Amino acid sequence: MKSATTAQYDLIRGIWRENPVLIHLLGLCPALAVTNTVANSLAMGLATFFVLMGSSLLVSTFKRFIPHEVRISAYILIIATFVTIADLVLAAVVPEIHKALGAFIALIVVNCMILGRQEAFASKRPVSRAALDATGTGIGFLIAMLMMGSVRELLGNGTLLGYSVFGAGFEPWIIMILPPGGFLTLGVFLLAMGWWRGRTEGAQARVRRWPHGVATRRAA
Amino acid sequence: MSDPRFELTASPHLKGGATTRRIMWSVTGSLVPIVAAAAYFFGLSALLVIAAATAGAVLTERVFGTPGSLGDGSAAITGVLLGLCLPAGMPMWMAFLGGAFGIGFGKLIFGGLGQNVFNPALLGRAFLQAAFPTAITTWPAAGGSFTQLRGDNFALPLMRASSDAVTEATPLGLMKFEATSTPVGDLFMGSTAGSVGETAALLILLGGAYLAIKRYLDWRIPVAIFVTVAALSGILTAIDSTYPGPLFMLFSGGLMLGAVYMATDPVTSPVTRRGAWIFGVGVGALVVVIRVWGGLPEGVMYAILLMNAMVPFINQATQPRVFGRSGDGMVTA
Repeated sequence: MKSATTAQYDLIRGIWRENPVLIHLLGLCPALAVTNTVANSLAMGLATFFVLMGSSLLVSTFKRFIPHEVRISAYILIIATFVTIADLVLAAVVPEIHKALGAFIALIVVNCMILGRQEAFASKRPVSRAALDATGTGIGFLIAMLMMGSVRELLGNGTLLGYSVFGAGFEPWIIMILPPGGFLTLGVFLLAMGWWRGRTEGAQARVRRWPHGVATRRAA
Repeated sequence: MSDPRFELTASPHLKGGATTRRIMWSVTGSLVPIVAAAAYFFGLSALLVIAAATAGAVLTERVFGTPGSLGDGSAAITGVLLGLCLPAGMPMWMAFLGGAFGIGFGKLIFGGLGQNVFNPALLGRAFLQAAFPTAITTWPAAGGSFTQLRGDNFALPLMRASSDAVTEATPLGLMKFEATSTPVGDLFMGSTAGSVGETAALLILLGGAYLAIKRYLDWRIPVAIFVTVAALSGILTAIDSTYPGPLFMLFSGGLMLGAVYMATDPVTSPVTRRGAWIFGVGVGALVVVIRVWGGLPEGVMYAILLMNAMVPFINQATQPRVFGRSGDGMVTA
């Protein structure tokens, strides 16, 4: 990624190369729990996007004023503020989805992905870069949620966003809308990602990235 | 190695003839009478379900497994065993999916034969049970002509089966929900409703005896399961005679097939003799607990899968004492 500028890289990194769910394995609780339909995944993805963006901007803005010793509590307070806003907005606009998501909206507060971006990025970077990073990471999370939600709703209910795909005779795979379906779907995605990365990077690159200089580039 | 007189290898130097390939194909051979009985009781449908499950298992092994791993026959056994524990009226695409899931997620994902934690056939069945709870508990009645299908075997993939088959409650279902017992003679010969291969207790016992005499399965495991189930249900019946008796418990449902062919899977059962006893007793106790107090009429599948998860701990706890050392590993002499 040497050709991309820093700003471009901040934006696109979180979408795929460092996708929070599929690569970093962060934010798995909502990714496993509420992805049983596309609508739920979309609502959760957008709510998380909003919380991430809001708290990244605030944390980055006030990074000089947050004492190092209590920074985690400060981040959590900021995140919780935006979660409360998201909770109330969802309850007012889409009460049915709000009911379906239940406690998992409140649990966005403890989404490791959000806290991780504050600690690792927003608290050390200018506001503009924090905004780009939050955008990329938020979109990456949304994409992962929608990927899981589509597969699970398609197989578990035969529909996508409520529209029937296979017709009336479809036999739903009940397991896909139950918790095991979440683990299965995520596992298959991770399997595919690992296979794909192993193919694209190749043995040479893997040797080069080996940490601590244990194995260096093979003599060519 | 061109000159056999100077073959230099590490011990053992005397080897039995039993290779993985030979054991696996012997097990497959011992399943032939059970498949034949399934065809006798449930007609063409039984063969279709078994064939579909086997095709799913074998194709998955062929596509994703290591090259040549089909030859050891283990994928075929998984497929046949899965087919034997499905109802005859099941659509073939579901059986195929179960076989593919069992091999893919039950075995290959762990690294292939010998690496898996859970019995692949039972994992495939557990997946089908969770995915299609209605289809897998629609039991056709035994008997009838060979060519008459026992359900919508040819339902299109992903589509629901039309439900016009003659169904009947299984003996365990009758016991659980209507408190009606079934004559043990029928259970023994197999002319009851149930999964295609689980009903003929006699043939399963004969196949198991053959494998036990050939020492291809550990006789301690099925014996421990039978004794535990008989003892626990005997005690329960003695306390309250509304509980099913030992003979009914032994010969109904999937206990015979599970105890002889699934629990004894050499990969997913303990390696030590004491471990085999513990494993068998655990399976038997869980079967009785699930059948008597659980919400499901049958519990053999979950009992074996749960005990599969315990096997690494059982192995660790029952390691034999090293010669010359005391129980805590200290050198005594």
